[in-house]
Amino acid sequence: MITFENVNKTYPNGTTAALDVSFTVPAGSTVALLGPSGAGKTTLLRMVNRLVDPDSGRITVGDRDISQINPVTLRRSIGYVLQEGGLLPHKRVLDNVALVARLNGASKADARERAQRMLTLVGLDAELGSRFPHQLSGGQQQRVGVARALVGEADVMLMDEPFGAVDPMIRRELQAQTRRLQSELGKTVLLVTHDVDEAFSLADQIVVLRTGGSVAQYATPEELLTNPADDFVADLLGLSDGARDLHVVDRGGRALVTDGSGRFIGRVRA
Amino acid sequence: MKWLSQNWPMVIDLTLDHLWMTVQITVLTVLFAVPLARLSMTNRWLRAVAVVFTNSLYAVPSLALFMMVPVLVGVPLRSTTNVVIVLTLYGVAVIWRSTLDAFDTLPPRILDASDAMGVTRWRRFWSVELPLASPVLVSALRVVLASTISLITVGAVIGVPSLGLLFTDGFQRGITAEVITGIVVVVALGWLLDRLVAVAGAAAMPWRATTPRRSRRLARRVQAQSLRGTDGSAA
Repeated sequence: MITFENVNKTYPNGTTAALDVSFTVPAGSTVALLGPSGAGKTTLLRMVNRLVDPDSGRITVGDRDISQINPVTLRRSIGYVLQEGGLLPHKRVLDNVALVARLNGASKADARERAQRMLTLVGLDAELGSRFPHQLSGGQQQRVGVARALVGEADVMLMDEPFGAVDPMIRRELQAQTRRLQSELGKTVLLVTHDVDEAFSLADQIVVLRTGGSVAQYATPEELLTNPADDFVADLLGLSDGARDLHVVDRGGRALVTDGSGRFIGRVRA
Repeated sequence: MKWLSQNWPMVIDLTLDHLWMTVQITVLTVLFAVPLARLSMTNRWLRAVAVVFTNSLYAVPSLALFMMVPVLVGVPLRSTTNVVIVLTLYGVAVIWRSTLDAFDTLPPRILDASDAMGVTRWRRFWSVELPLASPVLVSALRVVLASTISLITVGAVIGVPSLGLLFTDGFQRGITAEVITGIVVVVALGWLLDRLVAVAGAAAMPWRATTPRRSRRLARRVQAQSLRGTDGSAA
């Protein structure tokens, strides 16, 4: 479980990244931080492993106040998936993954074996382990990034725009895989995204943030669609301009579904 | 050839002197310049010193420094220590600056990823920052090696034994074979050590063998820039 209690953060240049933020990520669930750029999503995420410290307020991970935990120790107990994988370019794929296990005290052989298992778990061929990151495709690098976050067997996982840099088809595939892994492993996941579809596809609950770092609404996707708190939330979700509206049209006796711009995207199953 | 057949033991002795000084200077240069470069990354004062030091040092002729260092430091003029100190200064001037540039341009995302995984500062330096800066470091080192090997010969003018003695002695006594021997051995030594560093560097950086051209071109450009810097008036 991760909790934020009245967390505030203003950077020296005057931008406020967090304004009295409170929310809870229940153990085993996935929460997305969703908002426009400048809403402080990434800052909130980075506060959880103390890459950024709040000015005031309290953050707990698994009931422990993280300000009392040594940052290095804390980071080793939390999985982190970065945009574009964030792999070390000079280490082979397998060693990139094994490094995190090594940091947590595993022997070299044990770390490599666990790394190999994780690569298989995220759907990568064993032979890719001996390559360097730049020899992999963007989607493959992203999978390695996920494997690296999993290898430490942390209960808590942070994901910073994990699939933002890959093309839409690969992104859907990675999202599906993340859901599958999540249902098997039951990690507590906090994820940052500016993509509404990604938030809807991965998260149990969504923290909608507005520019200036305050929480506009914290709710399930279902609640957000039925009861957006205000115009800002409705706009962000695409509810105001009809972008997220679906229409049912009749085509020769079949009920088809079109999206906000009138393109056919599916059919109604009776 | 007759001269060489009579004097080869001396040539070997001078080569070993030359080589030993080169090794000392190179090692000391790296030991001083790399920590200085890393510290100037975060220390504004040191960074300013780096710029002034590297820009001004090559404006001072090496012969003048060979005269000044004994006065300032108190080492004998005709000592290898004097030559080692002066040429280490030149070496540090090249490597400090270029390695600082390399540290400055490390991808922030990679450093961030290392921190996020719980890599300590110390370990981050050794296993992330230094390896990623090493292509530039090796390029700069090759420049320093080449310039050191030729600048050591200048030390012969103040009487410190090295292959440069073959030049001064050969000129004074008009022995062409001695001068030519000097040139050939200096060039051969330079080529040999350059290959050694290049091969060792490549072996230590396996990821570079498969790296796209772009980053290699960058390293080569750094090397070219440092070279232009040393061409000035050092000799």
